[in-house]
Amino acid sequence: MNIRVNGETQVLAEGSVTVARLLDIQQVESPDMVSVQRNGDFVERDNFGSTLLAENDEIEFLYFMGGGACGCLGVRC
Amino acid sequence: MALRLTREIIEVMQAHARLEAPIEVCGYLAGRDGMVRKHFPMTNIDHESEHFAMDPKEQFAVVRAARELGLRVCAIYHSHPVTPARPSEEDIRLAFDPDISYVIVSLAGDEVTVKSFRIQKGEVQPEPIEIVAREQT
Repeated sequence: MNIRVNGETQVLAEGSVTVARLLDIQQVESPDMVSVQRNGDFVERDNFGSTLLAENDEIEFLYFMGGGACGCLGVRC
Repeated sequence: MALRLTREIIEVMQAHARLEAPIEVCGYLAGRDGMVRKHFPMTNIDHESEHFAMDPKEQFAVVRAARELGLRVCAIYHSHPVTPARPSEEDIRLAFDPDISYVIVSLAGDEVTVKSFRIQKGEVQPEPIEIVAREQT
């Protein structure tokens, strides 16, 4: 199956691949902290394990980005 | 390995941090060939002085915009309005992307300080910042 992942073409040998499996293939260590779009639409995190990819899907994923000074020099979170 | 960027990129991050203080600011840096080429200010959806979070919808839009320019996101930055330029416990806890640099802009001292770090599995490594003249980019 041919798909595009973060703008790059990938060929998946497996015939049936979920979003969760794709993140595993991509060696994403914290899939719970990743947002995924499939063909421009957000995939709910609860559906990562049940959303099957299809030929020519365009998948984008990125990590949650957050942080801040809390916890630094006694600044309370 | 150093984070390579121009003085202009440093100055625009500093200006962004000053403009929004005491609210923390955040943004992406994107580049190619090992060099930061563009700065993308992002919305801090927490709008707080001690915390920031990016909006995933805006993140996707910026990542795509960078790609259309032939660039790849290589760093994020955020400000510490009153604390030093080093990762807080919260910064380390929420540093999930092992492939990017984490830049902190501190307004705590007399001068604005900018430092970069790599954070992987909770381990923080300072990363040198190499300032490159624009004509070399």
